[in-house]
Amino acid sequence: MIAAQKILTDEMVAKIEALAPRYPNRRALTLPALHIVNAELLHVPLEAVAEIAQVLGLAPAEVQDTMTFYEFFHQEKPHGKVRAFVCRSISCALRGGDHLLEHLCHKNGIPPYGTTADGSLTIEPAECLGACDFAPCILANDDLLKNMTPEAAEAELQKPRARAT
Amino acid sequence: MQPFKPVLLEAVGVPNGYTIASYKSRGGYAPLEKILAEKQPAEVVEMVKASGLRGRGGAGFSTGLKWTFLPKDHPGPIYLCINADESEPGTFNNRILMEDDPHQVIEGIILSAYATRASTAYIYLRYEYPQSWHRLEAAIDEAYAAGYLGKNIRGTNFSLDIYLHRGAAAYICGEETGLIESLEGKRAWPRIKPPFPAIEGLFHKPTVVNNIETMACVAQIARRGIEWFKSIGVPADPNNPRDPGSYGPKLYCLSGHVEKPGCYEAPLGITARELINHFGGGVWKGRKAKAVIPGGISMGLMTESELDTPLDFAGPGKVGCLGLGTAAVVVIDDQTSIVDFLHNSCRFFAHESCGQCTPCREGTSWSLRMLERMKAGKGRLKDLDILLEIGNTMGMMPGSTICGLADGAAWPIKNAIKKFRGEFEDYIKRTNPSGWMVTDPVPALQIVGAH
Repeated sequence: MIAAQKILTDEMVAKIEALAPRYPNRRALTLPALHIVNAELLHVPLEAVAEIAQVLGLAPAEVQDTMTFYEFFHQEKPHGKVRAFVCRSISCALRGGDHLLEHLCHKNGIPPYGTTADGSLTIEPAECLGACDFAPCILANDDLLKNMTPEAAEAELQKPRARAT
Repeated sequence: MQPFKPVLLEAVGVPNGYTIASYKSRGGYAPLEKILAEKQPAEVVEMVKASGLRGRGGAGFSTGLKWTFLPKDHPGPIYLCINADESEPGTFNNRILMEDDPHQVIEGIILSAYATRASTAYIYLRYEYPQSWHRLEAAIDEAYAAGYLGKNIRGTNFSLDIYLHRGAAAYICGEETGLIESLEGKRAWPRIKPPFPAIEGLFHKPTVVNNIETMACVAQIARRGIEWFKSIGVPADPNNPRDPGSYGPKLYCLSGHVEKPGCYEAPLGITARELINHFGGGVWKGRKAKAVIPGGISMGLMTESELDTPLDFAGPGKVGCLGLGTAAVVVIDDQTSIVDFLHNSCRFFAHESCGQCTPCREGTSWSLRMLERMKAGKGRLKDLDILLEIGNTMGMMPGSTICGLADGAAWPIKNAIKKFRGEFEDYIKRTNPSGWMVTDPVPALQIVGAH
């Protein structure tokens, strides 16, 4: 069999292996491994799932089962360089969260969970971000955007943002 | 109101309050050193049990008692899982603790691990808290460097590692056995109990799952003593031998339609009205409250006339709410439609039901579809009875589900319809003048995606 192009880099595998001593079995590395791959690729394609499974000694279906349980990981295509979670739970909703989401999707010409054509921005509805003291709020990569008006949020989401985690 | 000086929140507003130097300057880690030198683990369990501390994560079970359920003389390993998957709508007290005073949490974890003879602690942190991740990561590094973590801590034979484990945005991971399954790398489907985690938990080993604020309370009990803790809050009812009381300070999260949303520390038993007026600056825009969530959305609703209910572990239940929950108080003003509130609640639970138990998976999405239809002007009075039927039949209490998520989904439905039925009926009649009385089956509007 000809070795196919690998999706997981040596660096990703090294990061996964570095966490292995923390857990008594390798299955517990599933979620950390998914995060490591997702942080680099901005999604976890099916081929990557199979490679993670191989690294962890699991069946691909086991990794796929866990991954798809969390809607967090995109599989078909990468999310945007900025991934914005717009809170729609009660405390934000009482202060305009739903309107905020609608406005941002409209202005960027994408549906909820959609990504702009240039790949710069994904907008996703989120359940409670745990920042109700700053409602309505948005989590954009690692940045919590507080007390957002539709206009302020629109401007904030144009900015490039680091992703440290 | 009696003046009350914050203890759990003492680092808030202190420059660099999250560093180990700042924490030690406030008296931190000295109690840990003293306890490791002078007390046996069983004595720490006794201390926490005697303090009356009840878990701050939502269920309010006695922390010390939970620890005693671990098997005696187990060869190990015993695991400690710290639940930092704070996801209950309206709740952010753990975020404040992790960001502003991570060492208070870590000292509590070390003390709890010593008491339970755990040598590994996992902090299961929700994805949505990157700042908490950074602060905890830095604080754990500092604690290792200072010799409070690692092998043979302070020259004893007690060793402890703390690992951060990141979730992936699923509410169900806050349920303790869902958390365990998720940590093990599986879908976060809660387990049938028994066996309880104390007997068979993480990796099939005895496990304690405790909340972040509970850990902060353990650190403060170690520093200030049992008598201090028991001097705060609501004592046990002497006429009710089953009431363990509501002792200690509590972090109340106040949000929604108030002038000053925030996390405020008060003795357990403050009323919602005191909280809103004293800390929150009143209901916003000079309006009145229509309803108030007493402790996260799954606890249901209090009406304006119920706002003098003490927010201790026993209080909210006396006015038909599910309980104190996370003590996250969300104010809903009198301009807000209760139909919109219930739609928001049903949408949350339909999205977050894990899908394992049919009554919850179907009940939550069915109730959302009914609320969608109602808001589309196609509601019928009969829907209210059907919603109540769903609310009365899904959950651990009616015995149809494995975990309490469905009870939390049911309570807002039951409270809203029972306490605001007139408003629902008016809304339905007004928006569906030609069809509100129809009782024939109707097709659903949409399928709802779920976890």
